[in-house]
Amino acid sequence: MPFCQKLPGRYIQTNFVWFISFFILSIFPALVFSRDTPQPPTQVQAFDTPSDAGKSITVQWGKSSDDGEGLNNVVLYEVLRSTSPEGEYTKVGDSPRGTTEYVDNSAKDKIPYYYKIRALSKTSFSDSPPGAAVVSSPQWFKKERLNALIVVLVLSLGIIYFIQKASKGKEMFVRKIAAIEAVDEAVGRATEMGKKVYFIPGIYDMDSMQTVAAVTILGHVAKRVAEYEAKLEVPNCYALVMVACRETVKQAYLNAGRPDSYSDDMIYYITQDQFGYTAAVSGLFVREKPAAIFLQGHFFAESLVLAETGNSVGAIQIAGTAQPTQLPFFVAACDYTLIGEELFAASAYLSKNPKLLGSLKGQDLGKLLMMIAIILGSILESLGILHLAKWFTYQ
Amino acid sequence: MGAFLTLGIISFLYKDNPWYKFCEALFVGISAGYWFCTVFWSQFVAKLWDNIYPTAGQPRQYVYLVGGILGLMMLLRLVPKIGWFSRWPLAFVVGGTAGAYLIGYALSNGMKQVKSTILPLWVSGNLNATVGNIILVVGTFCGLIYFFFSKEQKGTYGKVAKLGIFFLMITFGASFGYTVMARMSLLIGRMDFLFGTWLGLIK
Repeated sequence: MPFCQKLPGRYIQTNFVWFISFFILSIFPALVFSRDTPQPPTQVQAFDTPSDAGKSITVQWGKSSDDGEGLNNVVLYEVLRSTSPEGEYTKVGDSPRGTTEYVDNSAKDKIPYYYKIRALSKTSFSDSPPGAAVVSSPQWFKKERLNALIVVLVLSLGIIYFIQKASKGKEMFVRKIAAIEAVDEAVGRATEMGKKVYFIPGIYDMDSMQTVAAVTILGHVAKRVAEYEAKLEVPNCYALVMVACRETVKQAYLNAGRPDSYSDDMIYYITQDQFGYTAAVSGLFVREKPAAIFLQGHFFAESLVLAETGNSVGAIQIAGTAQPTQLPFFVAACDYTLIGEELFAASAYLSKNPKLLGSLKGQDLGKLLMMIAIILGSILESLGILHLAKWFTYQ
Repeated sequence: MGAFLTLGIISFLYKDNPWYKFCEALFVGISAGYWFCTVFWSQFVAKLWDNIYPTAGQPRQYVYLVGGILGLMMLLRLVPKIGWFSRWPLAFVVGGTAGAYLIGYALSNGMKQVKSTILPLWVSGNLNATVGNIILVVGTFCGLIYFFFSKEQKGTYGKVAKLGIFFLMITFGASFGYTVMARMSLLIGRMDFLFGTWLGLIK
């Protein structure tokens, strides 16, 4: 006799409803959703990110077998981290499907970390077993920049070699730089006209090499001014540049044998604000009508305003900057312009200092090697023999 | 006030005048005071004071005292007898700058330039790319010749250097036009302020 026939009809009906409800609420979803749980990622490996400043760990893993194949339901990988293998794992980042690497830049040095990778589908997930412990630490040497080290070493050795050569009295040839040859003409004109010489050392602080080069050129200009007994004014927009200019001009007057002609008031501070400085200097140009203006150093948008104002008062203008965007204005509005590296070469050209001459020669050696590399590299590239450009790639 | 000062500065285009002088003096005075306050709070207080006397729980960072001492040495210029001390921080800044920039310049001005200029001199089936690559390689090479200071620029070598300066001038011409257009947009901005915001003639 069937079991159900022993039970009252109401009892059977109630339990059937319960059975169906139980199936729908627990077994059916389990059956359906278990099909969506992706296979876990495999072979989790973590290692200290090489050639870096520390605080970084690279994690690699094998893709879930449901990523791109199988159920193909992986949508994302989550990178989980803990300080103990069985400890609580927290999410440190995520990585799209198809990827097998993540760089964790939130690590702290000297702390062992364990990593797990979680493969996520739309409704479920599965975790990989944890990888081995890993500790991040900084490295002294970045292997990817070995080529940069070689370039800097070759350049430095070349400079040291030529400095040694110049120090021993070997004559170093430097071609004429027209703008520098014109310094005497400009200062002489100011002397004849009884008007001032203005030197504008750019609008940058002493942490710009262009300002440093400008201050060196100022030394030469100041010496000529002292010798010719002309008048010099140097308005500044940085206190540190003002101090450097005062030291340089004072030394130049001393070298010219006219320390009595020097006064700190010749070199003064206006304001650090770019256009406040420009407005003040433009006003000075128009009121004083100087005979010669030197615009040397690091310039920005004020270059054309200053050069045009100087041009409008009829001053002979000698400009110099390594700012490619400002050079066109100086070329258009000034009588002479030191273009780019000529600004740096001018210091060596003027001072004849063995160290500066040696470094200029060393830089020329660098340029020669660059020219050879470009021509040779382009020919080899054209013939498809060697991809030399790769060697000059750095990270 | 904005319109009064804008017109005052623009009046310089006509000639130097008391209105411009007033605006200039105001600009210089206010900006000098503003920068003093900015430097005081962003450098002295934020970088030095807050690191030596940090908030509770934070460690003191005495390394910042090095900068403070160098700054004090600069101020010693006010005492003539020991004013020479101010040359040390100056030397530190100049030397540090030169060292810090050496690597940057070698990488960006040297290696990156060479890498970008090594190009195939002919690209099969693409005349534009071929001509473009040749111009880039020849232009860069001639430009480098111009900036080579160890040889007199005469004869064939001088002609190559002259070609280099031609390339530079063409570049400057393009850059000039580009920047002039940018300045025009600044002028339009001021005109928009005068005729729109101020006079309300432009809606």
